[in-house]
Amino acid sequence: MTQLEATAQPPETGAPLLEARGLTKHFPVHGTVPRIGGGAGPGGRRALWGARRLARGGGDDTASKVVHAVEDVSLALAEAQVTAVVGESGSGKSTLARLLARLLRPTSGTLLVDGRPVPHTGRGGRGGRAYARLVQLVLQDPFSSLNPVHDVRYHLARPLQVHGLLEPGTSLDDTITGLLERVALTPADQFLAKYPHELSGGQRQRVAIARALAVQPRVLLADEPVSMLDVSIRLGLLNLLGDLRDRERLAILYITHDIASARYLADTIVVMYAGQVVESGPAEAVTDQPSHPYTQLLLSAAPDPDRATPPDLSGRGSPPSLVTPPTGCRFHPRCPHAMAICAERLPPAYEVAAGQQSACWLHASDPGLASDPPHVTDGQEGDALTSP
Amino acid sequence: MSAPLLSGTRAGQPLLEVSGLCVDYGAGPGTVHAVVDVDLALHRGEVLGLAGESGSGKSTLAYAITRLLRAPGMITGGSVGYHQEPGRVVDLLAADEGALRVLRWSEISVVMQSAMNALNPVLSIGSQLTDVLHAHRPGMSKAERRARAGELLAMVGITADRLNSHPHELSGGMRQRVMIAMALALEPQVVIMDEPTTALDVVTQREILEELMELRERLGFAVIFITHDLSLLIEIADSIAVMYAGRLVERAAATALFRAPRHPYTLGLLSSFPALHGPRKQLTGIPGSPPDLRQLPAGCVFHPRCPYVMDRCLTERPPLLRLAVNGDAGAGDRAAACWLQEGSAAAPPELARPAPGAKQPAGPATAAAAAEPIAPVAPATRSQP
Repeated sequence: MTQLEATAQPPETGAPLLEARGLTKHFPVHGTVPRIGGGAGPGGRRALWGARRLARGGGDDTASKVVHAVEDVSLALAEAQVTAVVGESGSGKSTLARLLARLLRPTSGTLLVDGRPVPHTGRGGRGGRAYARLVQLVLQDPFSSLNPVHDVRYHLARPLQVHGLLEPGTSLDDTITGLLERVALTPADQFLAKYPHELSGGQRQRVAIARALAVQPRVLLADEPVSMLDVSIRLGLLNLLGDLRDRERLAILYITHDIASARYLADTIVVMYAGQVVESGPAEAVTDQPSHPYTQLLLSAAPDPDRATPPDLSGRGSPPSLVTPPTGCRFHPRCPHAMAICAERLPPAYEVAAGQQSACWLHASDPGLASDPPHVTDGQEGDALTSP
Repeated sequence: MSAPLLSGTRAGQPLLEVSGLCVDYGAGPGTVHAVVDVDLALHRGEVLGLAGESGSGKSTLAYAITRLLRAPGMITGGSVGYHQEPGRVVDLLAADEGALRVLRWSEISVVMQSAMNALNPVLSIGSQLTDVLHAHRPGMSKAERRARAGELLAMVGITADRLNSHPHELSGGMRQRVMIAMALALEPQVVIMDEPTTALDVVTQREILEELMELRERLGFAVIFITHDLSLLIEIADSIAVMYAGRLVERAAATALFRAPRHPYTLGLLSSFPALHGPRKQLTGIPGSPPDLRQLPAGCVFHPRCPYVMDRCLTERPPLLRLAVNGDAGAGDRAAACWLQEGSAAAPPELARPAPGAKQPAGPATAAAAAEPIAPVAPATRSQP
């Protein structure tokens, strides 16, 4: 799926600010036992028993089992653009955000900033801090992402102190007030001494965004920033993210399961299924002319008051196990259009319209002959992040 | 204190009639009035949607109707009439434990919020399903109970061999289906569902809703569907009641509510859901945040967030006003608690759109209504680099 590298590069902008190439994350599966009959639970004795079975050559090789959470995902975040990643739970979208924030070390793949690979320096240290100044993550749950024993002033002062960003001559409170005003928490001085429990969900999420903005990042990763909030205040936050894109030219990654909100906010939409990108392109093109069967399924299942007749769901079922993902296209067991090749080979990303790509064999000019696709790459090499 | 009591003009008698229901949490100066003076009617086979944000009192209302409310929650007024059979009305609020025991589950059942965690983790699905039958159908033999439990699972699309499974072995969607099967075990007339699909993925949610609607066609039960997702409710509900800060602010048929909202809060909620089609517009949502129920604003509870606020709204609380539909006072059950609809002043055009008539052909009428913007829209202000 190397073609997807071109995917999220919106045509109207120049070089991407933050780019991911072939990001893959496998989580090891600990303490599981091949299931025989009844329920198996994680636990010392069971695991030992499982190991004995292995020694006798029975069962699968549990030692090498991994969860294929994110598989060969490439995307690019450009300045003053919102890229939305849409997918169901378990599609790997949050893992992707954590990989981009470098909270997780990828199994393979490269991160590039301004076209240059990010050297691997570990999570902490000077290199880690330098990266954190550039890329900030806002988490889903504002009720647990703020420390309940500290007030708003502390939350916003810490990043300034840690990164040594307070210029001599400016007062800490002025800088913090400015941050609160940028996220429309006004009058700002009323919020300085407040504790998280005194704020509403929407206000807390704004504080979390202000904390991310404190280090003047160029990339903001927002992992389901509005899904925990009440409906009537969600839009205010989405508009705030839109403002930050327009006014401060931030590159924003907006992770969501709500494709309607992605269409509203984003310039580019990337649809993920079972750890892989299945479709990407300009937001309106993806939602108005979805070309991958999974995108079509997502759109037909989404609530839509304008719909006159009940939708016809094609592709029922649930996402596959990521420990033993289906061969070929991971969507093929559910796909209404599945062909023989879908079970055998992973489809490459086909360009279906300007800037819109769909990883589906349906778009191959001749699926019968597509047995040797030029775009599929198996291994990843030369990744600056994983080589110690 | 009571608003004009509205009797349903839909075909047939209401099945469940709530009038003037009030619920408080606590007593004394710190009392929270969680539900204030709510009137509702649920008809046989109807899907009544109850929409509102967190803290709007929608779950409390459901618990009060079923008498499941726990201290410090207290029902402080009103009545809930359940029409068990024509001519026989049971007041659920006055019923004693014995009478409630007969009615609960076999007549009115509940699918609880976060139903995914409502199953007992140490018991198999089968034993939890047969437990209901054991308690309420003493005449059934063990084999009959088992067979019925298998039947119930099959009804919601789960094979009967899952009876021996424990909840952790099922996916979220399957657990939700088991909860629905359990609620339908005794073929109730009313099923109250409190955010039944909120925690589920969108595809699973759609599958479960489809199954639910199919079962309703077949078994004929009525549903009170509680959710914060108004856009979903418009698709599945027959009529919708919108709650804000413990009060009913608008009640209408689902299409009428969507095409022609009458309360500014409903209008704001509708414009908080971005559309899946059409040109992208800048939406405004609703400014501010829901009020603290301990310190409610005077007058209309919505006035601090309302773009159409008038002097009168600051001091006088509007009652739920019965509204005429397209000039016909007898057509349909339509009500809104807003001074704009009282008649003394002309309502702004977006709150006075003509409601789609039930008799009109759906095509042209909806097309015309859809052409109008849902909310005052500002031209898109987006920089395209």
